[in-house]
Amino acid sequence: MSSIAWAASDTWVLTKRNLTIWARVPAYLVFTVVQPTIFTLLFRYVFGGAIPTKGFPGGYVDYLLPGVIGQTAAFATMGTAIALAIEAQKGVIDRLRVMPIARSAVLTGRLAADGIRMLITVLVIVGVGYAVGFRFHNGVGSAVAMIVLAEAFGLTLCVVSLFIGLALRQEEAVQAFGMIWLFPLTFVSSAFVPVATMPGWLRAFAVNQPITHVINALRSLALGTPMGDNLWLSLVWMLGALAVFMPLAVRVYKRVS
Amino acid sequence: MTSADLAIVVEDLKKTFTARRKSAPVEALRGIDLAVNKGTVLGVLGPNGAGKTTAVRILTTLLQPTSGRAFVQGRDVVKEAAKVRELIGLTSQATAIVDELTGRENLEMMGRLHHMPRATALARADELLVQFDLADAGDRTAKTYSGGMLRRLDLAASLVSHPDVLFLDEPTTGLDPRSRLAMWEVIRALVASGTTLLLTTQYLDEADELADEIAVIDHGLVIAAGTSDELKGRVGGDIIEFTVPDREQLAAARRAVESMADGGPPVVDDAAGRVSVRVGSAGSEALVETVRRLDAAGVTSAGLALRRPSLDDVFLALTGHAAEQTEQSEEVAS
Repeated sequence: MSSIAWAASDTWVLTKRNLTIWARVPAYLVFTVVQPTIFTLLFRYVFGGAIPTKGFPGGYVDYLLPGVIGQTAAFATMGTAIALAIEAQKGVIDRLRVMPIARSAVLTGRLAADGIRMLITVLVIVGVGYAVGFRFHNGVGSAVAMIVLAEAFGLTLCVVSLFIGLALRQEEAVQAFGMIWLFPLTFVSSAFVPVATMPGWLRAFAVNQPITHVINALRSLALGTPMGDNLWLSLVWMLGALAVFMPLAVRVYKRVS
Repeated sequence: MTSADLAIVVEDLKKTFTARRKSAPVEALRGIDLAVNKGTVLGVLGPNGAGKTTAVRILTTLLQPTSGRAFVQGRDVVKEAAKVRELIGLTSQATAIVDELTGRENLEMMGRLHHMPRATALARADELLVQFDLADAGDRTAKTYSGGMLRRLDLAASLVSHPDVLFLDEPTTGLDPRSRLAMWEVIRALVASGTTLLLTTQYLDEADELADEIAVIDHGLVIAAGTSDELKGRVGGDIIEFTVPDREQLAAARRAVESMADGGPPVVDDAAGRVSVRVGSAGSEALVETVRRLDAAGVTSAGLALRRPSLDDVFLALTGHAAEQTEQSEEVAS
C-alpha cells in the first residue's frame, strides 16, 4: 500500500476509536445531542415569544434553527480541544507516535470523528426543529448547502481547537478558555436575536464578527432570505482561520511531549 | 563483539532543554554512552530527574538529541526514525490504553495501527490476552481494570507487533508488591523469548532481579556500568563475617584470614569478638577457604556468613546519596 493509503487507514482506525469513545461516554452524548435539543426547545418556547423577528417566513422558529446549528457547531469544537488535551496529558499521543503510523493521523482521525459527531448533532437539531415547527423554505439543494456550510464552519473551529487543546494540554484550562471565546462569540451574534436589538457599540461588534456572517449565511440558505455579503465573508473568515491555525496546530503537535 | 550483536548503541548523547525565558537551560543528559547486546536486558538505574526518561524518549524517536548519536538495531534514531518505530515497543509511565475500549479492542486497535489485517490483529489480541492473564477480562472496558491489569494490558499493547527491542520506562512504579512480582514474571518470560530490553527503574532490587547489565545514571551522566556483581564489587566486594566466642583466639583468627583480605585489612571488633574481612568477588570460595583456615589454626568460630553489598550500598558509594529519594525532583521533560 502507498503511504497515502496507510495514512487513510490509520486515520480511519483512529476515527473509529474516537467515535467509539464518544458513543460510550454518556456525558459526551448529552453534550452533543441533549444540550442542543434543550437549547432549541428553550429558545423556541421560553424566549422566542419575546423576540421580534419580522420578515421570516415561519416566525422565530425559522430564525432560531440556523442560529442553534451555528452555535452548536461552534460549541462542539470544545470536545475536540478537551479530548486532545486529555490525550496529550495522559501520554496517549506519545504512544501513538512511537508506532509506525502516519503522524498526521492523530489529527486527521480527530477531525474526521468530530466532523461525523457534528453532522449527527446538526441532523438531530434539524429533526427537533421540524418537530417544533421549523421548515426549510429554499429547496433541498440549499438545505443541503446549509448543512455543508455548518459542517465546514464547525471543522474550521475544530482546527482552531486542535491548536488550543494541544497548546494548553489541560482539560480544565481548555474548558475555561472555551467559555471565554465561545460564549461571547456565539451569543453576541445574530444566532438568537436580531442584532438590531443590541446597543450600538455591541451591535457594531455583533454585525461584523465572523459567527454572525456564518449564521446569516446559514439562515439565507435555509430560508431564502437575501444572502448579501454573508456567504463570501464567511468563506474568507474560515479560510483565514485555517491559514493561521492549521500551521499553528501542526507546530504544537510536533512539540507535544 | 561486533556492532551487529548490539541492539542499542548510544554515543555521547546530550540533551539540553532550553527552558522558558530567563531560567537557565537544563542539561538532562550530559553525554551518555550505552551498548546493549541483542537479547539481553539493560537496567538503567537512577533517581527521579537523573535523565532516564529523556534517554528513553530519544531512543524511541519522541525527542531529538541536542548532540550525539543513538542507534536501535543499527538504525539511527534521528535519521531513520520511521524505520526505528517499526522495530520498537514502548511502555512508559503514561498509558496507551483507552479506558472506554475493552482490553481486546485496545489490542486490536494497536494491531490495526501496525497495519495488520483485521483477522491477524484480532488473533494477536487474543494471544496477548492469554499470555498476560487477561483472557477473562478481554471483553470488559479497560476502565474496570485494576492498576496491575492495566499495566499488563499496556505492556501487551506495546508487544502487538513483536518488537525486536522493547523499552520499559519504570514498568512497576506505583504498583503494589504482588502486581510488581507478576510484572517481573511477565518481563522474564519476554526476555526468555529473545526480546532485547531496556528497562529504567529507580528500584535497585528490580534492576538486580531483571537486568543482565546495569547503567547507573545520575544528573545526566552514566556514573557506573556493569553487571550487578561488578557494581557490587566496586564498593569493595563481598564481606565475610564471623565471631570468635573465645577471645583468646581472636588474634589467631585475624592472622589466619589476613592474607585473604582484598580491599583493606580485616576489621576486628574486640568487644563483640567479631572479625570482618573484605574478600573482593571471591564469594563462596572465600567462605570455604575461611572455614579451612580457621580450622587449621584451631579457631572455633560462630555465625560465619558471607554478606554481599546491596545495590543500595553501590549507589550510596557512587553518588554520595541514596537511590530512592523521597524529594520530588521532577523528571525533566516527563
